[in-house]
Amino acid sequence: MEMELIINGQPRQITARTVRELLDQLGLANQAVAVEVNRQLVPKRQHEQAQLHEGDVVEVVTLVGGG
Amino acid sequence: MTQATTPSLELDKPLQLGRHVLRSRLIVGTGKYADYPTMQAALDASGAQVITVAVRRERLIDAQGRSLLDYIDTDRYTILPNTAGCFTADDAVRVARLGREILEQLNNPGKEWVKLEVLGDKKTLLPDPQGTLEACRELVKDGFQVLCYTSDDPIMAMKIKEAGATSVMPAGSPIGSGQGVLNPNNILIILQMLKDGDVDYPVIVDAGVGTASDVTVAMELGADGVLLNTGIAHAKDPVKMAHAMRHAAEAGRLAYLAGRIPKKLYATASSPWEGVISYIPGE
Repeated sequence: MEMELIINGQPRQITARTVRELLDQLGLANQAVAVEVNRQLVPKRQHEQAQLHEGDVVEVVTLVGGG
Repeated sequence: MTQATTPSLELDKPLQLGRHVLRSRLIVGTGKYADYPTMQAALDASGAQVITVAVRRERLIDAQGRSLLDYIDTDRYTILPNTAGCFTADDAVRVARLGREILEQLNNPGKEWVKLEVLGDKKTLLPDPQGTLEACRELVKDGFQVLCYTSDDPIMAMKIKEAGATSVMPAGSPIGSGQGVLNPNNILIILQMLKDGDVDYPVIVDAGVGTASDVTVAMELGADGVLLNTGIAHAKDPVKMAHAMRHAAEAGRLAYLAGRIPKKLYATASSPWEGVISYIPGE
């Protein structure tokens, strides 16, 4: 069943139930990314347990060039 | 290319920045390059061991897109993540934690530190003093070594040190402005205040560098290092400028250690007057 999450500012319909499943579906499972759900960091070791819920605000970030 | 750095290794001690011991006193950014290969070559030419990066949303559409990390040797460089673009203490703390999370995954030695920026205004990119202090305290409490961007205000610099920052990093002039060190007296006062009874406390001039002489000026004042990005990335030839910046940092540092002569109003001849065969006016 799909639910709507806000991922990086955009509403998206997602079937993933955990952060780990979400990263798998986004094709980012093996990338160096960090994830926040509702402004709380979810460390990688908790990705498999961390449940997602309808309306969650998710940020998936990486490193880019900066000064 | 290493022969050029050899003399300073013998003449200077390494820079202790938190738990990191650095031979290079230049910290360079990875932003604003025309392309990644140019960035890679410029980082190499700069001799820097520490490079700064930003934390941003992953682009979810373009999975094929090249990413910064494809071009950075994470075994060679210590990565210093910044909180650029944050305007509140809360957001800066969130971004610092996200950056740490990524560096932990990469097992990079930079995972324990952060370049803290809490901005007050988008046009000047000047820091928000209250937000900066608040975020600094919170991050220190959370175990971060905080390298803290600030203006060149000595009192603010003192308060940031008191808040537990590992290094205070006053701007020479506004970020990306290329105006160099606009108020050398303030930088001097900051150096004197922060190093009083604590000579090894590191002060890094961060931001405003336009060309090599700006780096030298900062180092001659007694700064422990210089952090720059745009001055290299937007030079006509970034790789050549990176070489210049490396030499400038070494030149300024050695000149500072060597001790400059006092400035005098009138001339002092370098050749002796004694034995001159010519007519001397007034004698």
